Amino acid sequence: MAMEVTQVLLNAQSVDGTIRKQAEESLRQFQEQNLPSFLLSISGELANEEKAVDSRRLAGLVLKNALDAKEQSTKFELVQRWLSLDMNVKIQIRAYLLQTLSSHVLDARSTASQVIAKVAGIELPHKQWPELIGSLLSNSHQLPAHVKQATLETLGYLCEEVSSDVVDQDQVNKILTAVVQGMSSTEVNNDVRLAATRALYNALGFAQANFTNDMERDYIMRVVCEATLSPELKIRQAAFECLVSISASYYEKLAPYIQDIFNITAKAVREDEEPVALQAIEFWSSICDEEIDILEDFVGEFSGDSEVPCFYFIKQALPALVPMLLETLLKQEEDQDLDEGAWNLAMAGGTCLGLVAQTVGDDIIPLVLPFIEENISKPDWRQREAATYAFGSILEGPSPDKLISIVNVALDFMLSALMQDPNNHVKDTTAWTLGRVFEFLHGSTLQTPVITPANCQRIISVLIQSMKDAPNVAEKSCGALYFLAQGYEDSGSSSPLTPFFQDIVQALLVVTHREDAGESRLRTAAYEALNEVVRSSRDDTAPMVMQLVPLIMMELHKTFEVQKLSSEEREKQAELQGLLCGCLQVFIQKLGAFEQTKYVFTQYADQMMGLFLRVFACRSATVHEEAMLAIGALAYATGVDFAKYMPEFFKYLEMGLQNFEEYQVCAITVGVVGDICRALEEKVLPYCDGIMTQLLKDLSSDRLHRSVKPPIFSCFGDIALAIGENFEKYLMYAMPMLQSAAELSAHTPGFDEEMTDYTNLLRDGILEAYSGILQGFKSTAKAPLLMPFAPHILQFLDSLYQEKDMDDAVTKTAVGLLGDLADTLGSHAGPLIQLSVSSREFLNECLSSDDHLIKESAEWARLAITQAVSG
Amino acid sequence: MAPHQVRRPFKRAAISDQQKRRELALLRQQQSRRDSQHQARSSILSLQPEPEPEPEPRDFDVARASKLKGAEAREWFSRQLTLPEWMIDIPPRLNQDWYVFARPSGKRCFVVSSDGTTVSRLRNGYVLHHFPSALPNGARTKDVSGPSHSFCLLDCIFHELDQTYYVIDMVCWRGYSLYDCTAEFRFFWLSSKLAETGACDTPSLYHRYRFSVVPIYSCDLTGLHTAYAGNVPYVKDGLLFYNKHAHYQTGNTPLALVWKDESCSQYVLDTDSKGQVPAQQQVVLELQDDGKLTTSDDPPVVFGCLEKELFQKFDLLSGSLLRFAIGEGGMRFLDGNVEMADLHYLGKVNRGRAFSDNTSKVCWFILYISCSL
Repeated sequence: MAMEVTQVLLNAQSVDGTIRKQAEESLRQFQEQNLPSFLLSISGELANEEKAVDSRRLAGLVLKNALDAKEQSTKFELVQRWLSLDMNVKIQIRAYLLQTLSSHVLDARSTASQVIAKVAGIELPHKQWPELIGSLLSNSHQLPAHVKQATLETLGYLCEEVSSDVVDQDQVNKILTAVVQGMSSTEVNNDVRLAATRALYNALGFAQANFTNDMERDYIMRVVCEATLSPELKIRQAAFECLVSISASYYEKLAPYIQDIFNITAKAVREDEEPVALQAIEFWSSICDEEIDILEDFVGEFSGDSEVPCFYFIKQALPALVPMLLETLLKQEEDQDLDEGAWNLAMAGGTCLGLVAQTVGDDIIPLVLPFIEENISKPDWRQREAATYAFGSILEGPSPDKLISIVNVALDFMLSALMQDPNNHVKDTTAWTLGRVFEFLHGSTLQTPVITPANCQRIISVLIQSMKDAPNVAEKSCGALYFLAQGYEDSGSSSPLTPFFQDIVQALLVVTHREDAGESRLRTAAYEALNEVVRSSRDDTAPMVMQLVPLIMMELHKTFEVQKLSSEEREKQAELQGLLCGCLQVFIQKLGAFEQTKYVFTQYADQMMGLFLRVFACRSATVHEEAMLAIGALAYATGVDFAKYMPEFFKYLEMGLQNFEEYQVCAITVGVVGDICRALEEKVLPYCDGIMTQLLKDLSSDRLHRSVKPPIFSCFGDIALAIGENFEKYLMYAMPMLQSAAELSAHTPGFDEEMTDYTNLLRDGILEAYSGILQGFKSTAKAPLLMPFAPHILQFLDSLYQEKDMDDAVTKTAVGLLGDLADTLGSHAGPLIQLSVSSREFLNECLSSDDHLIKESAEWARLAITQAVSG
Repeated sequence: MAPHQVRRPFKRAAISDQQKRRELALLRQQQSRRDSQHQARSSILSLQPEPEPEPEPRDFDVARASKLKGAEAREWFSRQLTLPEWMIDIPPRLNQDWYVFARPSGKRCFVVSSDGTTVSRLRNGYVLHHFPSALPNGARTKDVSGPSHSFCLLDCIFHELDQTYYVIDMVCWRGYSLYDCTAEFRFFWLSSKLAETGACDTPSLYHRYRFSVVPIYSCDLTGLHTAYAGNVPYVKDGLLFYNKHAHYQTGNTPLALVWKDESCSQYVLDTDSKGQVPAQQQVVLELQDDGKLTTSDDPPVVFGCLEKELFQKFDLLSGSLLRFAIGEGGMRFLDGNVEMADLHYLGKVNRGRAFSDNTSKVCWFILYISCSL
């Protein structure tokens, strides 16, 4: 068998497709027929020094794929399969793997490292293979260099794969000691040092305790800083990556080192090669991220007991940091604006400058202004572009009143530059900067407007003119127009854009038809600007928006005309359909909101729905997200009339609810079910069996992204509210699910913020479901059917109250549910409610809440309970 | 292990327009869900022991009426306000079941906000003001907080001095009828909802008149005293008493009562056009086909009868409102019916007036005058 495997593995990499397919098939059969034997032979293959490197490498990959998969449910199955494997087989495979680490073939060692990490990822949480880390670390300093390198690489992968809580501190200490030793400047072998440095990057997450110990931390920091000075580029780069990671994970420990780090990064930015310099800049961007977060929390709650204090590293480094970043701006690449994937020193430096401005606010202005004045009119385009980019970067952060006087001076200059500068790059950045001006310094909340009746017309005509420029420049101008329109969102009954509405819309439509609109996202930018112009328009332009409806419908219709598309064309078609459905969605929402246009608009509803259904029909397996969003808006606008579309639409609704892979689509479809329930009310009943079946399947699936589950619970509430007591037949399925979800969500894991947020979303969904069901059954003969669930609901409310970690949204929904319970079940539930903690302490706390939404729900609950108890 | 490249978004907005569309859709859905929930909850009276005999078609009427124009609107609105009776005796359980508040002096009116505008209509249905307001759908500004067809109906008194609408009751809010809600619930809803719209803010371009709530007290001794003697930012015109459990009743109702005396109102007795209190108390009655003179009570109370020949003499049509003086003979009641009334015809009343006086008012005046004498 062993002989055969080699040949099959080599055949599986053959250039001949038939041979390859045959080989893959026999591998699959072998695996299915006898898994232990299969795994043993491929791990033996990997370990066998006499075999060809290609077959060894593939053997390792096949083994790795037998242990892990991207898809969650498959992954789970593979884990279970490995755990249930005979222990002797596993011991033999582990031995093969460890043995391979000493191989002289780099590829074999490296593959084995990854496989060992996968096995560890499965076994360590189950307290299996406890000797692994010990055996990796035993006499590691006596090993030959290539084995040392493989061992460190394995430790790196292992730290990436395994969660830090399954490795005890003693072992963590040993791992870190081995890794840091491998990194130190005394290590003469560069491969070993690089492997160690990369391993540290992953091991940093395990080093919580070590970073609280001054001596250990000092040692780790010293070694990392030394590694940034290694003669080997890859080591320097990996060392800076470690610094970036440390800045995010251990911000509060950095104070003693920040001066040294500044010197190191400044030198790297100015003198080192680009991959290293980019990481050095990223260190400061990451510090900005941290300080922006901390300072935001300060503003958010004046408690002053924020967990992490702000050390104001950026503020202190400012006088040296800003000049360093400004220098990078002059190192642009010729065509960076035309290359979607470009990322260079100038781009990273400018991005960092923008973050610095957000961190320190006003203080940045005097440091950047001289650079702008110095360079803005220089003959060299690099200087003009750098000056403009610097200006655009600092527009978010400083207070508007500090910026407005500067902008007022600069505006005219920029408008001229956008028209006349000979350089494409300069115009691109100028248009982008104008967009930033409108985004941050224009809008109803600002005291002194940048855009006045005196300059409005010129600004608009320049932007429209610039939309005829090269695609990258035109795209930025569309973006600027987007923010210009956004600023007029709350401008009262007539928008200053009204006189220009027709011209703007005309210009944007012309852009969408440009032959080169596919470049630089231009078409997308034009449609997005059109959306924002419409969204921020007033009813005085409603008739013009109305005229756009048939135009865009016609465009959508045109996308169906081309037959027999290649897969690339099909993708482009779907993208364009998405943009057009997006526009229609915006129009529906706008026109449906005006009484004067609503009637005329609903005459288009049939046609529009027809087009959306055709968009769906363009695909076989999935539904189009944008079309689904637009249909939700249509259901809301047409109300009960939407019923006539249901027979045809229903299958796509089901399809959307089945889309586990694109969970966004599934989530949006769940939202649309809610829209339809509210639009159709009891007329949705005939479709509820199908909808409920799918929703229940969704909830019990491991494959569906968890973020979709809370809205599904809320959707139960929407359905129950629409069909009232007809929800009875679903109670036996929905209630147990709600109950078990409620039990799961009663407690949050305190340490994990993300999990806490999710738990609160889940609670909100569950509570909304209960509210909807109770209100749906109110005043019906079947209300008593809900009585058996009352104890559990009250228990859930009580436990939520006792956990003391509800957010405001959950608190409001919870106290409202208390009222719903009393309202629907009345005097039957009265005594039960009175017994619960929720009806007393929780209610009283809510009654004296500062949040008026909570207070309002509580007042209502109090009233309902009073009636229930007295009735 | 590959290097960890960092590439941050460059010259891109923080969120895409698609994400914005998703978020706006989500926002709309959450708002609609909240609205449906409110709608379900606002009919809290489902628990009341006696259920309403039939679902009233009034919600539909109100929605339609909010769009009525001209004479039709005047006709409809002139029948919609709750009209308190005069307090001629003390209702039982006054201290437990009733609210009291100082009535602002001014023009009683209905305020309707819908379709981006706000209209106030006097007791007779005629328009007082047509203006933009911060009420839901009360001005043509972008309002994401509710569907466009939502409207509000508020029972108000327009107080000239500070140009403010004092809201004394909430009848519909964002399209949801509060007719069938108890006064307790309506007042709670009023106090929690009005302020959040910005309607209580000082006037601005899209909000011409300020709205304000009046302080409402439970009718215990403290509450009564505060309402009677306490300081309010408006000129008082008597006290209003509302039964906590009563629904909003159109027309006359004994579940809302008014009290006036000289220390809590400037206008205790009717004044003539020169502001003088006439020597004799007057009463306005409606002339019926058969010549009977009736009050606006339901059923009407007959105060007297007019001879056919007087019809012609004074050129009167049935349905006209006539003013009479109550003579020295006064009036006598027996079992709720008028046994005797000494009425002297004075003339027709101002055309702006919508209906005749009710019995409780007449009684109250007679009692008041006899006491002060």
